[in-house]
Amino acid sequence: MIAEAGHFALILALFIAIVQASLPMVGAHHGNALWMSFDKPSAIAQMLMVSLAFACLTYSHVVSDFSVLNVVQNSHSMKPMLYKVAGVWGNHEGSLVLWVFILAAFGSAVAIFGNNLPPTLRARVLAVQALISVGFYLFMLLTSNPFERVFPAAMDGRGLNPLLQDPGLAFHPPFLYLGYVGFSMAFSFAIAALIEGRVDAAWARWVRPWTLAAWSFLTIGIGLGSWWAYYELGWGGWWFWDPVENASFMPWLAGTALLHSAIVVEKRDTMKTWTIFLAILAFSLSLLGTFLVRSGVLTSVHAFATDPERGVFILLLLVIVIGGSLTLFAIRGPALRSTGIFKPISREGGLLLNNLVLTTGCAVVLLGTLYPLFLDAVGGGKVSVGAPFFNAVFIPLMIPMFVAMGFGPILSWKRSDLIQAALRLKTAFILTGLICAVILALLNHGPFLAIVGLGLAMWLFVATLVELGERIRLFKGPLKESFGRLFSQTRASWGMTLAHSGMAIVIAGMAGVGGWKVEKIQVMKPGDTVNVAGYDYKFIGARQGQGPNYTVIEGKFEVTQDGQHVIVLSAEKRNYPVRQMPTTEAAIHSLFSGDLYAVIGDPEGNDGKFVTRLYFNPLVAWMWAGSLIMAFGAFVSISDRRYRVGAPSRHKIKNVKVVEASGIGQT
Amino acid sequence: MKRLVYLLPLFIFLVIVGYFAVGLNLNPRNIPSMLIDQKVPHFDLAPIKGSKRGFSHKDLKGQVTLINIFGSWCAACLAEHPFLMEISTKGLVPIYGIDWREKNSDDGPRWLAQKGNPYTLIGDDPKSKVAIALGVAGAPETFFVDKRGFIRFKHVGPITPKNWQSKLWPLVQELQEQ
Repeated sequence: MIAEAGHFALILALFIAIVQASLPMVGAHHGNALWMSFDKPSAIAQMLMVSLAFACLTYSHVVSDFSVLNVVQNSHSMKPMLYKVAGVWGNHEGSLVLWVFILAAFGSAVAIFGNNLPPTLRARVLAVQALISVGFYLFMLLTSNPFERVFPAAMDGRGLNPLLQDPGLAFHPPFLYLGYVGFSMAFSFAIAALIEGRVDAAWARWVRPWTLAAWSFLTIGIGLGSWWAYYELGWGGWWFWDPVENASFMPWLAGTALLHSAIVVEKRDTMKTWTIFLAILAFSLSLLGTFLVRSGVLTSVHAFATDPERGVFILLLLVIVIGGSLTLFAIRGPALRSTGIFKPISREGGLLLNNLVLTTGCAVVLLGTLYPLFLDAVGGGKVSVGAPFFNAVFIPLMIPMFVAMGFGPILSWKRSDLIQAALRLKTAFILTGLICAVILALLNHGPFLAIVGLGLAMWLFVATLVELGERIRLFKGPLKESFGRLFSQTRASWGMTLAHSGMAIVIAGMAGVGGWKVEKIQVMKPGDTVNVAGYDYKFIGARQGQGPNYTVIEGKFEVTQDGQHVIVLSAEKRNYPVRQMPTTEAAIHSLFSGDLYAVIGDPEGNDGKFVTRLYFNPLVAWMWAGSLIMAFGAFVSISDRRYRVGAPSRHKIKNVKVVEASGIGQT
Repeated sequence: MKRLVYLLPLFIFLVIVGYFAVGLNLNPRNIPSMLIDQKVPHFDLAPIKGSKRGFSHKDLKGQVTLINIFGSWCAACLAEHPFLMEISTKGLVPIYGIDWREKNSDDGPRWLAQKGNPYTLIGDDPKSKVAIALGVAGAPETFFVDKRGFIRFKHVGPITPKNWQSKLWPLVQELQEQ
């Protein structure tokens, strides 16, 4: 009954979405207020229906209703509750339900909070949103129905893939989808703006919070994904340039470019078509990511549904959504007029450079991801483009950007002076140089690229702080005054400072683990000690055990440094009987300077000897700490006053300008 | 001229779509295995219904072997089956089977009872746990494993008298001589 209710709710949602996609759009075209007014109620009704469907599917998983095919295939009565719930989206059909649920939630958020939007813009935005939903509902109902029944009902489920039974991965898809789908907001606004033929500062103010939100969710999602790979796959690696990882990374790059270029539209009324293009690009790449993962065009360890029929459907969806929007862009884009002009050396110029590097990087990742497919399609055989390509092309591309990132915020709008900026950053140069010299003296060896990376991280971090210091005029006046300025900084500028310093921390982490990772693989018997980067790992022994739905070999290592006890690490190798699949649970202890990381392998012989892999991963945790700081920075920026105080209204903006012009608005 | 710039993204997208359309129709067949020249991953599969012994990586040591991924649901496996019987009766090289993705645990044994069993040992892999470890994209696929238990080649698609004579049998002989 519950499953049928969910199925029915999905069908209803489809019809509501059809109404939402058509009536408001036509109404906005003809200026029919009644038709336009359908946007809000239908967006909310659609959201309620999808929520109901999502709740029904969740319920079926929670109570282990094994007459529902999706539950049989992906759940098991012995599974812990957390993973029963996470199992809802840990599979193809369920993940689509989550997708449309988030899409509808964003749509209803516009309906509820968008009262200050011009009615035509809101109607069009919601119609475009609904149009995307329609595509996904059809996809689900026609090819991937999550509520399909099995008769007779199964006795028990086939379990969730044990690799996916993990807190990191349980919450990875929701964050990723919040990011992907979040970009649909920027997309819908871009399409609506193209139809209206108008992009202005107010438009940018509506778009930017959504983009920031999507971007920070995606940042967290990617971070979670790489964290999962780091501790669950048991090799100490954290990024593999796997097609599925790339699929999430490309929208992130485009989204990063978008949220920077939207600032230019907002502040300087220029780079409009470019911003529109980035908005389309970010969401198109999100869709493309979905397509790549779901269609089987590229095979990957992550892919959980490969079915050509579904692939054809998604391809059709892509052609309609992306092809349609790019056609609209080609027709309407040239008509958008920009007023702001700027010199190459200026804040705008810096942001443009950022955009160019990011989109080029995005193109590189796209090329590397699709190249095997291109070659195959023309009969060139199967190749795989691995990490070497990306590392050789992508990383050097990013280096100048990180250098420029230190300069960007200190440049003034419209026209700036590079020498002047460099002089203001002299403290940063000196500090970076000093710290780098100290680090080099301490390390005295290491791969070139990693040293460059560490230097860049240092530069970016220091330059970001120096820029903050400049803004509050630190040491240029009374300290108390500077302190006061510190608290009167806008949240948007705090967000920038946080995000940029977070990025610096991420780079430091990447450089650290990339350059100075220590790995020891050996057979150990209880009592053996292996020295890894100054830490002594003593193998205490391993024992067999039983978890809730798995058997486990648990190996213990006592780690000491110069005879001082540090920690006892307990690494596990689990075997899930339902799927007969082993997983490794690496034992990780994060220190400020790096991670102690131990993995227990297979037994060798019968006398308690085991294959062990021991690592010291310097600075690796900084990557995830930095990502969180970046995401947090974005949220701080969203809470900026100008997004909260009814500012995003065309009407009020005119007023503000008038007030400023008369001098009363000065603070 | 300016218009052309605006058309460029659309043009690039259409090119990509063209490749996707071709890619969807390509069989994910000739994917080279990441596992070439790697040790066979560790696994231990349960026997298929009605059989006592399963199949584990430990069974592969000491001689050149083939691991054949098949399923009763797979038409190409049926096409390849008579020739596998021939290889097996001639005793050219032992073939180990992985019965992949059977919907019903009776299907595989019944299929083999009807058509004959060319396999030395068979492991049951209804949920693709070993198939995933081996990077199997479809059935049939055959892995060529050397005496030390290293995968040396992966053949995608059915083994036919033609490709056996021209390529696969020479490979087996070469591996056997090593």
